[in-house]
Amino acid sequence: MPKLSYLKALNRALGDEMTRDESVFVLGEDVNFALTNVTAGFLKKFGPDRVLEVPLTEQGFTNFATGAAMAGRRPVIEFQIPFLLLLVFEQITNQANKFLMMSGGQRSVPVTYLMPAAGWRAGWGAQHSDQPYSMFAHMGVKTVLPATPTDAYGLLTTAIRDDDPVVFFGPLAALTVREIVDYEDLRPIPLGSGRIHRSGTDVTVVALGHLVHEALQVAEDLAEEASVEVWDPRSVYPFDWAGLAESVSRTGRLVVFDDSNRSCGMGAEILATAVEEMHLTAPPKRVTRPDGAIVGAVPELDAVLQPTKEQLAEAIRTVLKSPGW
Amino acid sequence: MPDALGFYRTMRFIRRFEERAIELVRAGEIFSGIHPCIGQEAVAAGACGALDPDDIVLSSHRGHGHLLAKGCDPGRVLAEMAGRVTGIDKGRGGSFHPSDFSAGVYNSTGTVGHGAGIAAGIAWAAAKAGEPKVVLSFFGDGAVTQGALLEGFNLAGLWQLPVVYICENNRYATTLPVETAVAGTITGRGEAFGIPSSDVDGQDVEVVHAAVAEAVARARSGGGPSLLVMDTYRYHGHHTFEMLVRLRYREQAEIDAWKARDPLDIQAARIDPADRDRVDAAVEAELDEVVRFAVDSPRPDPADAMDHYYADGFRPRPGVSL
Repeated sequence: MPKLSYLKALNRALGDEMTRDESVFVLGEDVNFALTNVTAGFLKKFGPDRVLEVPLTEQGFTNFATGAAMAGRRPVIEFQIPFLLLLVFEQITNQANKFLMMSGGQRSVPVTYLMPAAGWRAGWGAQHSDQPYSMFAHMGVKTVLPATPTDAYGLLTTAIRDDDPVVFFGPLAALTVREIVDYEDLRPIPLGSGRIHRSGTDVTVVALGHLVHEALQVAEDLAEEASVEVWDPRSVYPFDWAGLAESVSRTGRLVVFDDSNRSCGMGAEILATAVEEMHLTAPPKRVTRPDGAIVGAVPELDAVLQPTKEQLAEAIRTVLKSPGW
Repeated sequence: MPDALGFYRTMRFIRRFEERAIELVRAGEIFSGIHPCIGQEAVAAGACGALDPDDIVLSSHRGHGHLLAKGCDPGRVLAEMAGRVTGIDKGRGGSFHPSDFSAGVYNSTGTVGHGAGIAAGIAWAAAKAGEPKVVLSFFGDGAVTQGALLEGFNLAGLWQLPVVYICENNRYATTLPVETAVAGTITGRGEAFGIPSSDVDGQDVEVVHAAVAEAVARARSGGGPSLLVMDTYRYHGHHTFEMLVRLRYREQAEIDAWKARDPLDIQAARIDPADRDRVDAAVEAELDEVVRFAVDSPRPDPADAMDHYYADGFRPRPGVSL
């Protein structure tokens, strides 16, 4: 069976949806030459009206996509840099995402905002290394963060077919992950459905995005000490609270491994909800970025500014050792 | 196109609609307040009078005149402003963000200047679908210092999209005079993107109509976008809250000078006085019904507060879990 990379899964999902539905088109900077490879082969196959090259005008083309969506199209905007999503935070959260409500349900705005290289970018500096998925969850924008090629295919397909705005975060550190797949098995994955990557009985580790793969390594490393369950929400909004509650009901203990900043990040939200609504037998922990920025230019500084496997292992041990509340 | 009396009627309707709405603000039937367009009626009536029913309007925060001139049901517009479930957006757009797809009013953005890019996207999608539609995008002089507006101009000019951009230069962005905000000229902004741009007397409805009709015809025939800068004036404050705070950023002499060129008076001079009296009476009778419909319409059920947030019916978690 073929090996599918995460990046190729994005290319395949987008191409399949453009083939299936003529209202779908992609726009972005350098999409004609497929700088990121997401649109590789598209210009020849779909032509320039459906692979729309745009100038450096993020607010302009994000509003443009809102208009095209109001007029019946399904735009997919490819962004090259995570922070560009914050340059167009108004256009996504205030224009596109509120429009259905403000129009009393008259018309939705089905735009997909595809960010295929989110997170730390070694050597590219502080302004290219952010991971702002929590901010979109905070604003109630549907937001997905798949960890594997199969999930990337399934969730990008779902995002494009969804009638609301959806932000897709593809972590840079996951783009080279490969998976042996049968193409026949690739299918849409519903929003708000988590996934158990490894079953365990002692502690639930909620891992997000590329950190799923690091959490699986830690779980393996600790296998003789503890039975660690690795649970991946896959979409941060809507969030599979019932799935998390099910896992925690079996383990009673919780650690969150999250590439967000610490203040008001998904880690904070997951801990707060678990404490309010679920039965934890011991205080939980989270491992996150600090607030602010990744330096992005000095490897030894960047390493300590991101959540690490060592921090996760330590947090797991601390939660397991806790005598309870 | 509307005849001389038709233009007068539309403007008279907008003027009295706004005055009745201000009464409803004072009476508490319209929550908080509105941005009245009194004084700017010729722009709405002349511009929308140049459109076909299938054409599209994007409005601004000062948009009631655009909606009425484009053919929205006035009772449902007023009900919208009053937060009633019979409103064009079930009360959820309000005075600020109304849209009515059945009449071709797609959006009214409150983030000044951001309609320009949305207009470009609608126009692009319509053109690619082979639909001969034109998009009219209204904004004020306050929008011309926004980058997002200029980004919209760039895309519309670059791809020669069927958009007519209409700047209602009413001289003030809230309290800020246009002279103290805008470097260069407003038309110069359009010209920089290769967009035919001109200043228009926004108080004479027939002048407005002629200018917009020419721009619409060019857009419809594939000739690309235009920018028309309407010189106009609002008699009232930026928002009705100014009735309470009594801001004084304009001289009375300036307001009086603009009222001496009142758009309704200019058009009334072109019609028979007896026709004018008959139209005025008919407008008043219709507005009595409009107000009655809006005020008598039911208010929404708080249990429905989270309806329409998502197309699939998903509801956010409530603010507390007990």
